[in-house]
Amino acid sequence: MRRTTYTVIGVLVLCVMLFPVYWMVNASLQPSGNTLTAGFLPLHPTFSGYARALDEQGGNLVTSMIIAAGTVVLSLAIATPCAYALSQFRSRWVSIGLLAILISQMIPGIVIANALYTAYERIGLLNSIPGLIVANCSSGIPFAILILRSFMLSLPPSLVEAARVDGAGLFRAFVAIVLPISKNSLITAGLFSFLFSWSDFLFALTLTTKGGVRPVTLGIYQYLGTQVQNWNAVMATAVLSAIPAIVLLVAAQKYIAAGAIGGAVK
Amino acid sequence: MGMVTLTRTTVAGREKVRGRRHRGESLTKVLFVLPAAVAMVALFGYPVVKNLLMSLQDYGLKTFFTGAAPWVGLKNYSTVVTDKLFSDAMLNTALFTVGSIAFQFAIGLGLALFFHKKFPLSGVLRSLLLLPWLLPLIVSSATWRSILEQDNGILNRTLLKLHLIGDPVPWLNSPSVALIAVIGVNIWIGIPFNVTLLYSGLAEIPDELYEAGQLDGATGWRSFWYITWPNLRAVASVLLMLGVVYTIKVLDIILGLTGGGPANATQTLATQSYEKSFIDFKFGQGAALSNILIAISFVFAIFYLRGTRRAVDE
Repeated sequence: MRRTTYTVIGVLVLCVMLFPVYWMVNASLQPSGNTLTAGFLPLHPTFSGYARALDEQGGNLVTSMIIAAGTVVLSLAIATPCAYALSQFRSRWVSIGLLAILISQMIPGIVIANALYTAYERIGLLNSIPGLIVANCSSGIPFAILILRSFMLSLPPSLVEAARVDGAGLFRAFVAIVLPISKNSLITAGLFSFLFSWSDFLFALTLTTKGGVRPVTLGIYQYLGTQVQNWNAVMATAVLSAIPAIVLLVAAQKYIAAGAIGGAVK
Repeated sequence: MGMVTLTRTTVAGREKVRGRRHRGESLTKVLFVLPAAVAMVALFGYPVVKNLLMSLQDYGLKTFFTGAAPWVGLKNYSTVVTDKLFSDAMLNTALFTVGSIAFQFAIGLGLALFFHKKFPLSGVLRSLLLLPWLLPLIVSSATWRSILEQDNGILNRTLLKLHLIGDPVPWLNSPSVALIAVIGVNIWIGIPFNVTLLYSGLAEIPDELYEAGQLDGATGWRSFWYITWPNLRAVASVLLMLGVVYTIKVLDIILGLTGGGPANATQTLATQSYEKSFIDFKFGQGAALSNILIAISFVFAIFYLRGTRRAVDE
């Protein structure tokens, strides 16, 4: 009996905490207009907001998708060997590397944006997808190193040594043995790199100066810029931008919880 | 005799081979780290150095055309520090950081203790709670903009209907309430993260401690005070320092909700730095402000590193 009471309270807590998410969905199903007249339930749902959102932001969603996918590939390619080295090699450089990663977490995005803007301006990477992928790796790489390393610390060295006895080089042993066994942590690191990059707003805002390349976060910001004309289109875009987070939370629950704890405590 | 010589040469030969292999190996080992090292230098080292240099230069719009960025010493720092907005921005940064963290932590701890009671569905509910933290910040900003809207937002409509307020509250439009509203939204975003970390801290406290405590009459508040809190302190201190380091540099949420307004009521060091660089194109001043931000962060980081060193060593 008492256990059920706790469950009821827990559901209520969740309803309060997730109310804004519900409200976002509710508001996205309202008829278009510049006022918010939505009732508590979308009794007469219309998808005109989504039609408008896809029309105006569809391309931006694709841009965000490409940038996020690129960030995952580049971040994992760079972070995975490094994470392995930091977990298995014996060297005084290990603690120096870890310290550098910890310090990197204190550097505000605006510092990176300031410097990358001036550099990109010179080498022509402003308003480009590769430019944004590289910038977003600044959140992907350190996080992926920490997550992957914390998993790889638990790998017994004998695992790789056995392959080495058979004549495999260090790199081949890494690819053939360490990578397959690290699948779960690679997924966790990849999911978070994707979410970080997909959610990025600061680099999108500062490292693009004209319309060519525009991630969806920037699209939402521009909707909000002045007087909001069509709340349903804004909220429909918000819902579409929230889908990766929602899908990942439902489909990859255990990876998400592992990432939240692993990336933070380190 | 011959036997000994033979053995010696073999050992020497083997050592030579091992040495060669060892040298090739250290090269491979370097290659494992090299890409990440280059990336870290490019994405963090270079920006820090570049910002230090820019903050000592008259680095503005002209620089992008002529390439000239004359050295001006500490002039950028004196300009931004004597700016009439600077003390407001400092105060707002402090209020935003302290207000956000205090409530995120307190509510997060309450919820973590609640979910630790392990009731049916507690695991599922706890992981669904993570959603606000995973949403893109600009999505949360847009959602809260619609909720907090003065005339038709659902919050004011509900409060009016309940007769809790007589007139609509201008949540994001009044200089006296906007900062509170922005802090409130940031608390909502941060609670899930605090719950998750504190819950993992609670889960690591062995049950035997509570069982032993029960024999000594430590139940309820006493068991929290004498058993839970002392064992949670390591996690809590790391969490609080992480909170400061992350919250002090928050930019997205403020830009999305208020853009620093109304009447600069929600300007922080981060938003000021953004405006100087990317609105006014005074990169020297923007860099000076962001360096002040790093310096403050660094003071806290010393505590932070002390707190996390243990976690890293594990």
